[in-house]
Amino acid sequence: MAGPRNISVSEASRPVLPRHAKLRYDETRKVWVILAPERVLAPDEIAVEVLQLCDGERSVGDVSDQLAAKYAAPREAILTDVIGMLQDLADKGFLTEAREKTP
Amino acid sequence: MSDLLGNPTIPPDASDSLAVLEKQRSTAETFGIPLAVLLEITHRCPLQCPYCSNPVELDRSGKELTTEEWKKVLSELAEIGVLQVHFSGGEPTARKDLVELVKHASDAGLYTNLITSAVLLTRDKLSDLADAGLCHVQISFQGVEEGLADRVAGYKNGHRKKLEVAKWTRELDLPLTVNAVMHRQNLHQLPDIIQMSIDLDADRLEVANVQYYGWALKNRAALMPTVAQLDECTRIVEEARERLKGRLTIDYVVPDYYALRPKKCMGGWGRQFFNISPAGKVLPCHAAESITGLDFESVRSNHSIAWIWQNSDAFNRYRGTGWMKEPCKSCEFREIDFGGCRCQAFALTGDAANTDPACALSPLHETIFKQAEREAEGETNRFLYRNFAGGTLESGNDA
Repeated sequence: MAGPRNISVSEASRPVLPRHAKLRYDETRKVWVILAPERVLAPDEIAVEVLQLCDGERSVGDVSDQLAAKYAAPREAILTDVIGMLQDLADKGFLTEAREKTP
Repeated sequence: MSDLLGNPTIPPDASDSLAVLEKQRSTAETFGIPLAVLLEITHRCPLQCPYCSNPVELDRSGKELTTEEWKKVLSELAEIGVLQVHFSGGEPTARKDLVELVKHASDAGLYTNLITSAVLLTRDKLSDLADAGLCHVQISFQGVEEGLADRVAGYKNGHRKKLEVAKWTRELDLPLTVNAVMHRQNLHQLPDIIQMSIDLDADRLEVANVQYYGWALKNRAALMPTVAQLDECTRIVEEARERLKGRLTIDYVVPDYYALRPKKCMGGWGRQFFNISPAGKVLPCHAAESITGLDFESVRSNHSIAWIWQNSDAFNRYRGTGWMKEPCKSCEFREIDFGGCRCQAFALTGDAANTDPACALSPLHETIFKQAEREAEGETNRFLYRNFAGGTLESGNDA
């Protein structure tokens, strides 16, 4: 895949979808999809919300903070779920990490 | 998610937040617009591979849809809910308007794949395609070294060019799929093809054993692998899949001659796939025109693509199970494999409504299997190269 392989997602990761994996709302079927080479994935509502926050700027920790606040839910549980979902996506080859920016 | 695409078979497992859509639809009695469509924008190709999946009767360039017609098709596909398009051929880069078409598709929101032999590409052209929004490049390889690869393709220095284009693809940060079509004369190179894919930094490898219709059927005696070769092939793929998990995805297509059960060809006729031919015919599969007596509608007709998909006679002829005869009709697997491949049934039995002889229940299965086995053990290695003239026999190589 474009970008580093065998990504290990952690709280500090700042993941983003690579250019060849596109999150898009499918107007015909009324669902969100991730378009990838020879694949169409159907992320569930939570996955969509997480992926919309993964812009390569926010860390997984930031994303979890935001979701914990929004849903008034325990942060640790959310963090575990978010890492699990993102790792699954990374293992399928559809996640990359933002490179360290030079100031 | 359970009503997605009208398909009740999607597992209600909420923990699978990333279900793969494509693999799970199919058995419902609705025929939603396919997620992906294959566009064979030209039959022109500098290569002459003897197993080409194009029909033996090729569309000449004068019959090809114009740029404006393809653009209209792309807009219409996006509008009715198609998500991905594969630009294929022939060789799609033989069309001068490819960049323009990719741009148009991207602007319409379509995910674009290029399925190419790569030999006509320059770095600038590939860069223009990337800028136009191209999402994925799939390059065919005929082997792992130029002697054999160029001989199979009937094209000098093709292999070297492919390696170069594969490198550019990754330099431009485009994902790469290596498409390796396998047969008796190159199966021994499979381990090296897997390594080549890694070296080229591909993320997908398609190990596609030749399917025997059209050109490949004419070349069956020169291409058919032995049972031992196939078993070895399967073993190598399974080992590599395990070893390269997370690094290289390997899709594997086996030839169905040696199977006991036929493949669910195209996911069932008219259920989840269609392609558009260079001349604009909307087809249930890229070999469908080999079945005589079917009338395929064109995008040039006054019907919409959605109408053709839903209502045309050609799509409805072999949809579902109503058309079946015995042994398919009462078979417990009839909605699993839909009787196999209609084109293969037609090519080998003369009637597309017969059971695909790949099925052990076909009365012809035994005869055809034995014949394939004999051919695989035979000495015929000479190819009939694919071209517009109906094929040219390779010189030399055997009696």
